[in-house]
Amino acid sequence: MVQYAAPGQPGSVVTYRDRYDHFIGGEYVPPAKGGYFANPTPVTGEEFTEIARGTAEDVERALDAAHGAARAWGKTSAADRANVLNKIADRIEANLEALAVAETWENGKPIRETLAADLPLAVDHFRYFAGVIRAQEGGISQIDEDLIAYHFQEPLGVVGQIIPWNFPLLMATWKLAPALAAGNAVVLKPAEQTPASIHVLMELIADLLPPGVVNVVNGFGVEAGKPLASSRRVAKVAFTGETTTGRLIMQYASENIIPVTLELGGKSPNVFFSDVASQRDAFYDKALEGFTMFALNQGEVCTCPSRTLIQSEIYDSFMGDAVERTKAVKQGHPLDTETMIGAQASNDQLEKILSYIDIGKQEGARVLTGGERADLGGELSGGYYMTPTIFEGDNKMRIFQEEIFGPVVAVTSFSDYDDAMKTANDTLYGLGAGVWSRDGSVAYRAGRDIQAGRVWVNNYHAYPAHAAFGGYKQSGIGRENHRVMLDHYQQTKNLLVSYSPNALGFF
Amino acid sequence: MARVALTSEAAEVLRRLLADHGELMFHQSGGCCDGSAPMCYPAGEFRTGSSDVHLGDLAVDEFVVPVWMSAAQFEYWSHTHLTIDVVPGRGSGFSLEAPLGIRFLVRSRLLTDEEL
Repeated sequence: MVQYAAPGQPGSVVTYRDRYDHFIGGEYVPPAKGGYFANPTPVTGEEFTEIARGTAEDVERALDAAHGAARAWGKTSAADRANVLNKIADRIEANLEALAVAETWENGKPIRETLAADLPLAVDHFRYFAGVIRAQEGGISQIDEDLIAYHFQEPLGVVGQIIPWNFPLLMATWKLAPALAAGNAVVLKPAEQTPASIHVLMELIADLLPPGVVNVVNGFGVEAGKPLASSRRVAKVAFTGETTTGRLIMQYASENIIPVTLELGGKSPNVFFSDVASQRDAFYDKALEGFTMFALNQGEVCTCPSRTLIQSEIYDSFMGDAVERTKAVKQGHPLDTETMIGAQASNDQLEKILSYIDIGKQEGARVLTGGERADLGGELSGGYYMTPTIFEGDNKMRIFQEEIFGPVVAVTSFSDYDDAMKTANDTLYGLGAGVWSRDGSVAYRAGRDIQAGRVWVNNYHAYPAHAAFGGYKQSGIGRENHRVMLDHYQQTKNLLVSYSPNALGFF
Repeated sequence: MARVALTSEAAEVLRRLLADHGELMFHQSGGCCDGSAPMCYPAGEFRTGSSDVHLGDLAVDEFVVPVWMSAAQFEYWSHTHLTIDVVPGRGSGFSLEAPLGIRFLVRSRLLTDEEL
């Protein structure tokens, strides 16, 4: 067991500054209106830094910087941009431990996740988009002997990106890497719950980027996010968050006739067919771990497997084992490498989870384990901790239909394949799903029949670059994590060229 | 039948927001991050349409604050009564109260047989 020292404490690998301004045009710029807001760590509830409270004036200044940089950046060679992305990846890798501790302190997630997932995935993501931009080719279409259509990809220009708080650095990376690879300049607004760790990253990579190519404006959604999302000076808006805000961003985009990409969450079914329990072997153990994945990142994942469907003939025995597996999840100090579940990201998030525990019980769902706030004692008593919770109930209940965004899974049974698919697809959302079976054809058919953009088959919660990620139904528009994301950050330019010396003969 | 209500603490916050922003509206969000929570906007900021359901109106002094939800979401919520409350915290999204260090939250109860 190792417990990392908190940022700024003796022996810590990272220190937060007392205050962060906006990062605009390659330098730190105080907010135009002079306001700052306190930023607490969910680990203890204590404030550890203060952050610029951005307003429309700051967004305009960042857009000035971005427009000043966009043209030159868009004209750099793909090789040069790829080199910058590779250097960013190297810099993150060389400072991985410091960034992991900073991220855990900011968000509350356990350090073993930031060390093993968040930051290594960010490194790989920058490298992936460095690779795909080098490999991207335009097209040549010969319309006839003398008429040729050349297709070029061109950057959109300046794009706005609004980042969620559940994986602050990784989600920023998912959006930054393709946008930069494609040659765009970016104005990025981090979530107000997790506004600080991005600045630890920016300080590490600022010298690698031409000034103005990446600008970070902090602040509240209504004060800084809205001016960015509704600006006539952005060519595209990318957003990860909730449906109502997603709709509002589409409304603003419709006023400016610009595209959006939206990732709006889900209520992902995790489906276990009876043959998973035909043997008590390594695969059965893997399936139980797959069930318990609802506790990853405290359940604060858009693809949290928050609905589990289990075939009735194995329901009792599988759930017996699954409850035991869930009870073994070690809750503790997020900076302790043994800890498996840390703190919820904010107090209001914890309160919302508890409000769902309440309605779940009212609707008649049965709590099999957990169901309450956890008080871990000492300095952690001020943090926001929730016990991993298993509800047993019916798919019509609200806990089966709404994204709780906490370590809460709602479990029900199904009789046969058709029943499983009916329940799995009885949801407004279609972002993620899991299918578990030893029978490859059953797993394949289920994976194709579930209306979701990502179906994990015999695994869950893997997020490699080069596997497209995005939603069906109300879960959003667009696909991240894959070269297709370049299309969301590029225009298609067609040069239609005639090589004929002769008039058409029309006039 | 009343489907929505307001705690006195939330009403106090609405008075302040009404003074600062004028007429208001709520739209209940689904989805991730700060979803599953009510979003408070200046009236008309969020365009509602045929895909939305008007759940009811909250009375705050002389003001009326309508509460909306998407019709698809309402199909799963229609058996519950919602009370808008407020807790310390910092919701994201574009809801007006977030800069005050608070967040609106929905507390739910089942509608009774008489109410249904």
